[in-house]
Amino acid sequence: MRGTRLRGALFLALGIALGSFVTCAAAQDVAGMVKNLKGQAQLDRAGKSQPVRVGDSLMEGDQVSTGADSSIGIVLRDDTLLAAGAKSTLLINRFAFNATTHEGRLDSTVKRGTLAVISGKIAHANPDAVQFGTNTMTLGVRGTEFIIDAGDQP
Amino acid sequence: MIGRLLLLLSILLLAGCAAPQRVILLPAPDGKVGAVDVTSAAGKQRVDSAYGGVNVSQQGQISSFATDSAGVEREYGPLLAARPRRPVSFVVYFQSGSSSELTPESTAVVQSVLAELEQRAAPELIVTGHTDAVGTDEFNDRLALERAQTVVEFLRHNGINAKQIEAVGRGKREPAVRTADRVAEQANRRVEITIR
Repeated sequence: MRGTRLRGALFLALGIALGSFVTCAAAQDVAGMVKNLKGQAQLDRAGKSQPVRVGDSLMEGDQVSTGADSSIGIVLRDDTLLAAGAKSTLLINRFAFNATTHEGRLDSTVKRGTLAVISGKIAHANPDAVQFGTNTMTLGVRGTEFIIDAGDQP
Repeated sequence: MIGRLLLLLSILLLAGCAAPQRVILLPAPDGKVGAVDVTSAAGKQRVDSAYGGVNVSQQGQISSFATDSAGVEREYGPLLAARPRRPVSFVVYFQSGSSSELTPESTAVVQSVLAELEQRAAPELIVTGHTDAVGTDEFNDRLALERAQTVVEFLRHNGINAKQIEAVGRGKREPAVRTADRVAEQANRRVEITIR
């Protein structure tokens, strides 16, 4: 009896350990790629800032900011197309995508400026798995194209 | 003192009058219109008409408006122009029951893929294999991936050297033609080559 319970606890611990390992692995996944750039854009990743170039990979947790008269085009791995306009800041809070099943998760915040979105395969498979937001609203996506204008923010 | 009060008042007024945020729904190139559900602290509203939109105040008040293609172009032209080129797909088919032999017509796709790659600055190739509904899920997932890998090899052999090539197996999840389970269907034994 005690042996069973101990074994159960061991399995639980192993499960949690494996679970957190899988989460860590997912956080390392590439979310998308920069396809076009006009002017200047900056990438903030893990507390470090660097200029963005065409062909750069973006990861979950990355934040991209554009300068004046600048814009950037990004394709996420599920074929979501994004464009951020001038003086805009976009944060990719969460991204996960399974190319075989099309299951995944996309959660992104427009901190300031403008974002044009053409939704991709995650939204097509499960609209509830995709969310965009600003500091005053959240958007649920029902497979579509749209513009978010978060205005000038401090 | 009065000067300071006026300054404070104008700051408050400015904050209150800050431009609202907005969402505008656009039609897809084929005219299809989806929907977005906008939720704020003060309410929730669905936008589901082409060029329809909502303004959301800093306090969360939601109000609807409608514009048109010219209005969107005037205000957001540079933003729309910055959207990446849409992905393009080509489909190749397999000889019956084979994960290695393409149909003769399918080999002509190479030229189209090459031409499309030249149009793009940082192209990625995603090669996705599909199966018909004969066989188990595990079998079909493996067969789909093998078909995809065959096509990747075929593309490489024909001089296509995109830095980013990914092979994906979708199994029987996305048939081109719907069939009952365990039905053989040539049209579903295919590989999709997507350039994005």
